[in-house]
Amino acid sequence: MIAESGHYALVLALALALIQSVVPLIGARLRDAALMNVARSTALAQLLFVGASFVALVMLHVNSDFSVANVYENSHSMKPLLYKITGVWGNHEGSMLLWVSILALFGGLVAAFGNNLPMSLRAHVLAVQAWIASAFYLFILVTSNPFLRIASPPIEGRDLNPVLQDIGLAVHPPMLYLGYVGFSISFSFAIAALMEGRIDAAWARWVRPWTLMAWIFLTLGIAMGSYWAYYELGWGGWWFWDPVENASLMPWLAGTALLHSALVMEKRNALKVWTILLSILTFSLSLLGTFLVRSGVITSVHAFATDPTRGVFILLILCLFIGGSLSLFAGRATSLKQGGLFAPISREGALVLNNLLLTVACAVVLFGTLYPLAMEMLADFKMSVGAPFYNLTFAPLFALLLLAVPFGPMLAWKRGDLLGVTQRLLAAGVAGLVAVAIAWGWATGGSTLAPLAIGLGVFVIGGAVTDIVERTGLVRLPFATVLHRARGLPRSAWGTAFAHAGLGVALIGIVCETTWNSEYIATMKQSEVAHIAGYDVKLDGLFQRQGPNYREMIAEFNVSRDGETLSVMTPSKRSFTTRGSSTTEAALLTRGASQLYISLGDATAEGAIAVRIYHKPLVLLIWWGPVLMAFGGVLSLSDRRLRVGAPKPARAKPRLQPAE
Amino acid sequence: MTRKQRRMTIIGGSLAVLALAAGLVLNALRDSIVFFSTPTMVAEKHVAPGKRFRLGGLVQPGSLQRGDNLAVTFEVADGNAKLPVAYKGILPDLFREGQGVVAEGALDANGVFKADTVLAKHDETYMPKDVADALKKQGHWKDDYEAKPAATTAQGNPQGAVR
Repeated sequence: MIAESGHYALVLALALALIQSVVPLIGARLRDAALMNVARSTALAQLLFVGASFVALVMLHVNSDFSVANVYENSHSMKPLLYKITGVWGNHEGSMLLWVSILALFGGLVAAFGNNLPMSLRAHVLAVQAWIASAFYLFILVTSNPFLRIASPPIEGRDLNPVLQDIGLAVHPPMLYLGYVGFSISFSFAIAALMEGRIDAAWARWVRPWTLMAWIFLTLGIAMGSYWAYYELGWGGWWFWDPVENASLMPWLAGTALLHSALVMEKRNALKVWTILLSILTFSLSLLGTFLVRSGVITSVHAFATDPTRGVFILLILCLFIGGSLSLFAGRATSLKQGGLFAPISREGALVLNNLLLTVACAVVLFGTLYPLAMEMLADFKMSVGAPFYNLTFAPLFALLLLAVPFGPMLAWKRGDLLGVTQRLLAAGVAGLVAVAIAWGWATGGSTLAPLAIGLGVFVIGGAVTDIVERTGLVRLPFATVLHRARGLPRSAWGTAFAHAGLGVALIGIVCETTWNSEYIATMKQSEVAHIAGYDVKLDGLFQRQGPNYREMIAEFNVSRDGETLSVMTPSKRSFTTRGSSTTEAALLTRGASQLYISLGDATAEGAIAVRIYHKPLVLLIWWGPVLMAFGGVLSLSDRRLRVGAPKPARAKPRLQPAE
Repeated sequence: MTRKQRRMTIIGGSLAVLALAAGLVLNALRDSIVFFSTPTMVAEKHVAPGKRFRLGGLVQPGSLQRGDNLAVTFEVADGNAKLPVAYKGILPDLFREGQGVVAEGALDANGVFKADTVLAKHDETYMPKDVADALKKQGHWKDDYEAKPAATTAQGNPQGAVR
C-alpha cells in the first residue's frame, strides 16, 4: 500500500506541476491575479505530495519491505536504522526522488516567502520552476520509478554498497542537492526576467539571497564529500579531479561568479546581461552534473547502475533547458538596457576580473571533464585527464584570482585608487613575504612553489583582516569607537572577510598536505614500531569483531611521541558478507590541524598485516576553509539588506515600478 | 576615459585571460594526458618504455604473487594478450583475481609494466567501465560478469571476507 501511495503522490505532483507550468503564465498574460496565484497554491501542494512520496520511500526502507525492487536492491534487514534511511538516496531512483523533493522545497519556499515579489514575477518564476519539476517527475516515473514491486518478493535484501554505509551519506548528498538544485531559483528568476523583458537592481536583490543560500549548501556539500572520500576510501586523498567531483565544482565556480556579479548589479545596476547569463549557466552546469552522474557516461565511485534510456532522457532534458534558455537569452538579452558606467580600476572592475577568472577556470574544468568523453566518442581512444592537467591549468588561474582577492573589497565603487589600496595592503603583503621566508627556511624538500603558495594564502587572510581593521578603525581610533563601528559594520562586510579568509585557509591546508605529507607503507608484525613524522606507532595486536551486518578485523595501534603515549588508534577492515566485499575504515588522530591517518591492507599468513600510515600536516585547514566560507555566507545572508522578505516596498504602489 | 575606451579595456582584459587559459590548456594537453590501453593494444602498438599510460584488463587467475615488503606481481590479460605488472604497495579492497583492474604506470626495459597506482575506483558490478568497454569491443565480454556478484552473494561465498 505504501509503495502505491508513494507512486500515486508522485503522479499527482506531476499533474500539479503541469498546471503550475501553464496557468500562472496565462494569468500573467491576462493580468488576472487569481490565475497568477494558482502558482502559489500548486507549488505548496506539489511540495506536500512529493514530500509524501519521499516519506513513503523512507518508510519502505525502514520497514525493509523487500517486495519493492528498490528496497531489495539497496537494503538489508540487519542494516542499522541510520543507513536504512540514508540508503534511500544511496541509489539512483531514490537519489532522483531526493532531487525533485528539494526542487519542490525551493519552489515551496519561493511560494511561501516570496510575498514581497511583484505578482507577475512570482508567477513566472514558479512556472519556470514547474517546467523543471515536470521534466524530472516524468524522468522518474518513466525511467527510474523507485516504487516498482517484485512479483515474488525475496526474504532478504542485497544490502547497500558498503562504501556508502557511512554517516557521510546522511549529509553529503542532501547538502550537495540543496546547492545544485538551489541554483534552479536563480535560473527561474533569470528566465522570468527574460520573459517579462524587465530587469533592474531590485531583481538582483531578490535573487541574491537564494543564490547565496544555494552557494552555502554547495560549499559545505563539496567540503563534506571531500572529507568523506578522505577518510572512507582509505587512500588519504581528498580530491581526485574525478568527473563527478568536477560536476559539483563547476556550478560552485559559476555560482561564486554569480554571487559577485549580482552584487554589481544590485549596487550599481551594471552587468545585467552578464548576470542573467551566469544564472542560466550556473544551473545548466548543475543539470550537466546531474547528467554526468546519472547517465553513467563516466566511470567513478559515484556511478550507480547504468541504463542507456536514462542517459538519453536526461540528455534530452539537458538540451531542452540549456538550449531553450540560451535561445531565449540570445533573443531577449539585447533588449535589456545597460546601465552603470565604471572605470576599469574600481570595485566593479575588480568584480569583473573575479568573474572573468572564475568563469575561465570553470571553462577549463569543463574542458578537462568533457575532453576525454569527446575523444572517446569521436576518435575512439580512451584517456584520462587527471591532477597533472589541472595543476598546470586550474592552479595558475586560481593563483591569479587569489592574488586579486584582497584588492577587490578595498577598492571604491566607480573609480578606485589602486596605488592607495596597495599601500593599505602593505602589512598583508609583508605578512605574506614573511610566511614565504619562514616556509622556505623550515621546509625540507617539496616544490619551490609551495612556500610561495603559502605566502599567497597568508596574503589573502591578511587582506581580509586588513579590510576589517580599516573599516572599524582599529589601531587608529579608541577601542570603544572601534567596538561601536564593528557592531555597526554591515554583516555582509564581515561575511566577505570570513569567506575570503576561508580561501586563504584552504589554500594553506592544500599546499601543506600535498607538499609535506609523509607516508609509511609496510607489513607490520605484532609489537613492531613504525616511526613517522616524530610519532612512534606500535602495533599492539589484531582482533576480530562482529558488527550488525559485517565482520571486522581491527588492528590496535599505540601512538606515542617522545616516549609519551598519546592515544590508541583502531583502524579496521570490514567484510560485508551479503555483497562479498570489504571496506577499509581508516583511523584518524587529530593533533591541532594535522592528522595521523592509518588504514589497513591485507593480513599475511604469518599474522602480519599491511599498513599504510600517513602524517598529514595542517590537513584539516582544507575543510576549515570552506566552513569559514560558508560561515561568511551565512553572515552575509543574515544581513538586513538581504534578508529574505525584508525589503518591503511601499504599499501604496498598485503596480511595480517600471524598470529603468 | 571615454565609454569606448572603458569597454575596450574590459574586452582586452577578457581576451588576455582567455588567451592565457587557452595557452595553459594547450601546454597541459601536451604531456599531462594519460591514455588507456589493454594488453593487446600494448602488444600491437609497441609502447615505448617510460611512457605513462593506464593499463586495463582482467587479473589473470593464479598469477598474483606476493613478494617481500608489499611487492606484488600479477598479470593483466584481455583474452588475446597478457602483460606482467609489478606493483609495490597495498592493493585496493576490490582487487581480485579474475576481476577487472586499472593500473597506471609505465613499461620498463624488460617489458614489465611498473604500476605506481592500482585504481581503487569501482562500481557496483566490480568491473571498471573502461575495462568492460574494451573487452566488449574485442568480443571477450561475457554477460555473466554482471551476474557474478549476485551469484557470489547467493552462495554466501565469503570471498575476501577473511583476508
